[in-house]
Amino acid sequence: MRRGLRFGVGSWGLGVYAVLALVLLLTPIAYTIAFSFNDSVKSNIVWRGFTFDNWTTICVVENGAVCEAFGTSIMVGVVATVVATALGTAIAIALVRYRLRFRGAATVLLFLPMATPEVVLGAGLAAQFLTAGVLKGIGTIILAHILFCISFVVVTVRARVAGLDPSIEEAGRDLYASPGQVWWRITFPLLLPGIVAAALLSFALSFDDYIITSFNRGAATTFPVYVYTAAARGLPAQANVIASAVFLLAIALVVGSQLFAAARRKRLARLF
Amino acid sequence: MAFGVIGGAPGAAVDVDAGPSRRSPVALVLLLPGLAYLALFFVVPFVSLILTSFQAPDPLAFGAPGAYVPAFRWENYVEVVTTYWPQIVRSFGYAITATVIALLIGYPLAYFIGVKLRRFPLLQALALVLVIAPFFISFLLRTFAWKQILSDNGPVITVLQSLTILPDDARITGTPVAVIFGLAYNFIPFMALPIYTSLERLDLRYVEAGGDLYAGPATTFWKVTLPLSMPGVVSGTLLTFIPAAGDYINASSDFLGSTQTAMIGNVIEANFLRTQNYPVAASLSIILMAVILALVAVYIRRAGTRDLV
Repeated sequence: MRRGLRFGVGSWGLGVYAVLALVLLLTPIAYTIAFSFNDSVKSNIVWRGFTFDNWTTICVVENGAVCEAFGTSIMVGVVATVVATALGTAIAIALVRYRLRFRGAATVLLFLPMATPEVVLGAGLAAQFLTAGVLKGIGTIILAHILFCISFVVVTVRARVAGLDPSIEEAGRDLYASPGQVWWRITFPLLLPGIVAAALLSFALSFDDYIITSFNRGAATTFPVYVYTAAARGLPAQANVIASAVFLLAIALVVGSQLFAAARRKRLARLF
Repeated sequence: MAFGVIGGAPGAAVDVDAGPSRRSPVALVLLLPGLAYLALFFVVPFVSLILTSFQAPDPLAFGAPGAYVPAFRWENYVEVVTTYWPQIVRSFGYAITATVIALLIGYPLAYFIGVKLRRFPLLQALALVLVIAPFFISFLLRTFAWKQILSDNGPVITVLQSLTILPDDARITGTPVAVIFGLAYNFIPFMALPIYTSLERLDLRYVEAGGDLYAGPATTFWKVTLPLSMPGVVSGTLLTFIPAAGDYINASSDFLGSTQTAMIGNVIEANFLRTQNYPVAASLSIILMAVILALVAVYIRRAGTRDLV
């Protein structure tokens, strides 16, 4: 009885602690969203009243600078995600499915970019572009983003490939499917959840990157670059609007996919 | 596997190196493009960073900014360490402190979600979404929000002053406290998620066995739960420590820091992008990387984890 009581108090304490930790995590998010509705004039620091105006003027304020930076970020994110996901998925399949002589070297090469601080990755690439005389701009930003996304794609897709039963593909081959048909009809659909997760992770990493981008951007401005430069002089509320909108969309996607998966599990459970 | 836990499907505990048996040219076709990309944009830049770190000022440019010639000027490293040792020491001090704080916040949070909420799958899923929620909103804007919340006229200072906990002239932003807090805050999800993944799979019968053998809750935790969750703790601390040591956003005077809190990242950024003093930036980057790799190697050996990717 006494032990049970002590566990009970401990659990309550832990629960309160965990809730406080979650509140800490969410406080700046709530702040950012709240201040997207602030009726601010120039700098968005003091609360001056509620308004929806900021949400309709994203592309008007500062001659559309916020909007343009957001567009650049989306473009960079999409291109970097597509390339990194393709390269990384191929590596993941090769690592799981085939015997390789230089597996150790490949693993180290994949691990090192994740163990390198962004500032070193950024400075290294910038030093290289400088030596090679490459003009920095959107192109160099994309090249840099692909680099840091590949390893995360490999790690994410690899677990999915390892969980895939090879006999399903063998069955396809036995039924005279061509390698292309096996890939598009069997392997790819089965890997798709892992590939989608990897692509979303890549896009999120790319979209939020400031440090590596700042070293390799030249005159191009992504959304984080815009926020960093504007932070010194005062950030317009429209920046909060973009961040809040992206946040709400992402949360809706996550919750939606969770509910969808739960519903499907329930349907399957009823079938069997 | 240590890094495989973020973003990956939780619970996918598959032995990755189980036994692929085929050798095939297809493997090369699959591997080569990606590995060539990493070689070209990771290995080669790293080499050019090393070369840059030994460059000497161009004697024909008479001190023009950004004009350097290839050389083997190893004195660059001596000069950089003697000039910037406070920033170097500070970076690792801040990063280690922030990692410990993130662990103290992240571990109980992960334990609560992964073990205590097991009986409530819906609540567990909701709590997980809340832990990853910060990933979906700009890192810079979150840090900027803390700057406003902790600012001299902000709610935290005002409340603490009216309770006379803080003197009237006290500030938080611009101090090491704010920078360490910001670093710890930003990496809590990176700490909590890998720990959650290892605790979520923890077989509670082991914990019960500890109780059956008359171990108190504390002993059971130290001897059973913590060792079983060590893989998560190792990847969480690495995912926090490495980026924290190189971070310069929290320590920047535009965000939570001041010139008194500058870290290595701030010096590298200023020398590379503002004063175009490339050899200084490059040699500091190499030093940062070398110290991190050394610390990580020692840490991994002591924590006893083999697999990293």
